[in-house]
Amino acid sequence: MIRPDAPVLLEIRDLHARVEDKEILKGVNLTIRAGEVHAVMGRNGSGKSTLSKVLAGHPAYTVTGGSVHYRGENLLDLDPEKRARIGVFLGFQYPVEIPGVSNLEFLRVATNARRTEQGHEELDTFAFEDLVRERLKVVQMDPAFLDRSVNEGFSGGEKKRNEILQMALLEPLVAILDETDSGLDIDALRIVAAGVNQLATAENATLLITHYQRLLDAITPDYVHVMAAGRILRTGGKELALELEERGYDWVDQELAALAGEVA
Amino acid sequence: MSNAQAVGDLVSQPYKYGFVTDIETEKIAKGLSEDVVRLISSKKDEPSFLLDFRLRAYRQWLQMQEPDWARLGYPQIDYQDIIYYAAPKRQEKKASLDEVDPKLLETFDKLGIPLSEQKRLSNVAVDAVFDSVSIATTYKEKLAEHGVIFCSISEAVKDHPELIERYLGTVVPSNDNYFSALNSAVFSDGSFVFIPKGVECPMELSTYFRINSGDTGQFERTLIVAEEGASVSYLEGCTAPMFDTNQLHAAVVELVALDDASIKYSTVQNWYAGDENGVGGIYNFVTKRGQCRGERSKISWTQVETGSSITWKYPSCVLQGADSVGEFYSVALTNNCQQADTGTKMIHVGPRTRSTIVSKGISAGRSANSYRGLVQIGPKAAGAKNYSQCDSMLIGDQAAANTYPYIRSQQPQAAVEHEASTCRISEDQLFYLQSRGIGFEEAVSMMVSGFCRDVFNQLPMEFAAEADKLLALKLEGSVG
Repeated sequence: MIRPDAPVLLEIRDLHARVEDKEILKGVNLTIRAGEVHAVMGRNGSGKSTLSKVLAGHPAYTVTGGSVHYRGENLLDLDPEKRARIGVFLGFQYPVEIPGVSNLEFLRVATNARRTEQGHEELDTFAFEDLVRERLKVVQMDPAFLDRSVNEGFSGGEKKRNEILQMALLEPLVAILDETDSGLDIDALRIVAAGVNQLATAENATLLITHYQRLLDAITPDYVHVMAAGRILRTGGKELALELEERGYDWVDQELAALAGEVA
Repeated sequence: MSNAQAVGDLVSQPYKYGFVTDIETEKIAKGLSEDVVRLISSKKDEPSFLLDFRLRAYRQWLQMQEPDWARLGYPQIDYQDIIYYAAPKRQEKKASLDEVDPKLLETFDKLGIPLSEQKRLSNVAVDAVFDSVSIATTYKEKLAEHGVIFCSISEAVKDHPELIERYLGTVVPSNDNYFSALNSAVFSDGSFVFIPKGVECPMELSTYFRINSGDTGQFERTLIVAEEGASVSYLEGCTAPMFDTNQLHAAVVELVALDDASIKYSTVQNWYAGDENGVGGIYNFVTKRGQCRGERSKISWTQVETGSSITWKYPSCVLQGADSVGEFYSVALTNNCQQADTGTKMIHVGPRTRSTIVSKGISAGRSANSYRGLVQIGPKAAGAKNYSQCDSMLIGDQAAANTYPYIRSQQPQAAVEHEASTCRISEDQLFYLQSRGIGFEEAVSMMVSGFCRDVFNQLPMEFAAEADKLLALKLEGSVG
């Protein structure tokens, strides 16, 4: 839902970042307002996953220029845990397994960290169980998953649902979902997409990072951005995704080559 | 700072029990000789059988060599440079707690082991040992109503000499190894537990060992006997002040379980570990062994080893009675320059005997952590079964983990299973937890305690949380 007067949640300006010695982001600009759903599309290696990791504060990535502000605050100054506590959420493409750590306990500690930041009381085990059981419905998850170790032995679809469950509990203002559709069969995709739609409100925003149109059939974006070579090459409405689907990414390459020609 | 470095800093936490109690102590001169052995025995006013036991052990020790097969490196110990007996003055066992030096009560308070009537734990009886002497035992009378004897071994020698004579040295013979021979010659105090036939001990029993003097060796002796159908759960804890010299701790623990008896023995070891450069700390050379003498008896060892500069320790089970069960659950955490060579021996003698070994080693800093275990199946142990699982976790890139499993079977109808794994706390796992709002320190400690879960679940409830906290404490520190 686009409202020009909605408050800006995330403001990315000329963001540059590298991993090891390789520059991956080469000047990303993006403004996200409350209530909006954005999709960033692009080929593998275009920098879209890097963008999500940089926003969440992964230590392997170094920001070399530009700025990111979250509700006016310099996000890049904050530890990853602080970013999560104030409402920035990253749904991972490949959620890691953490043997021995109970999923329920993990979800409770994470939820309480966010609640404390918001000035709410921490939930004890009983109150939390009530909450988590209610939120499980968002992703139609079996409560048995709560008793297992974090993501351990989960199928691809179960891991992604567990990500959306975390999102449902943490109630972020900016949710960045990195290739949430990858590895999902059609049913799982439908459940995950329905969960994301259900969690979208006029106060929060979603940034979908994806390769394919099919996720965008289920979650309608307000803006589609095409990323290539570490920059956002073109921005449009949902019809841009359809155009990409039709014409493929070769067209992006041509545009990129033309751009390079202009610069030269 | 990278996460790897930060994890390194995180595990360097100052030791919280490093204070010294200023108290007048009676010590004998340094050095070991036959005269010293006689002096210790006479100070304790011991019967002649015990003096003979000590002297025989001393003579055996003189003939023995210090073992060097463990993966440990340390300078030669000068056995003549150690004081073999130290005791707080005006000692003589007190009739009531009111007569115990308040400084000592205060010390134990500070260690989190309140002994006074008002503050003591309601369901745990405690024997508090300070340097070489037991200073107080709580709930003795209540236990006596059930026929349970729980007292210091010195008292047991006086009050129940027949039990001591019958059982002492029958599980760990004095000449079993170099350190057991030394202990048998000079042991000072420790705990004695006797659970008579058919009695289920009504509360947890616990001994808390505190080393205070800087130049004293500590040589405790613990003996636990569970008669037919009896059961008991026992826990020991230990701490020591920080000194820049190394101190020797060579204890012997013997457990005897008769038919259908069960003994659960848990240890939370937190001796001073030395500083970050490996200066100071306790040399912990301990022989612990349980004998399942009776049919269907069970002995279970659980240990959480976090302290000491050197740990050399293999709590073992001799499964003699048919259908007897041995268990060993261990968490060993080493950091800085600590070295641990620890594990167990499961000796299957009787038919259908079963044993389980679960070992979790965590190595951080520049430490070395080795699991060394023997599973031996004798010719008469038809149908014996063993399951072993040894997991190592590495923190940082300078620590070492080794696993040395020895399996010897002389019985074709036995099943022995061994599983081992090594893992590292990965940057991606830490980042995942952090990206959910969980702080760095808490993320590390969640993962470590998750890794140890199988072992902590075996600890008595009162102490499981304690162990979790202790590990978290060891891993606490400055981040970033």
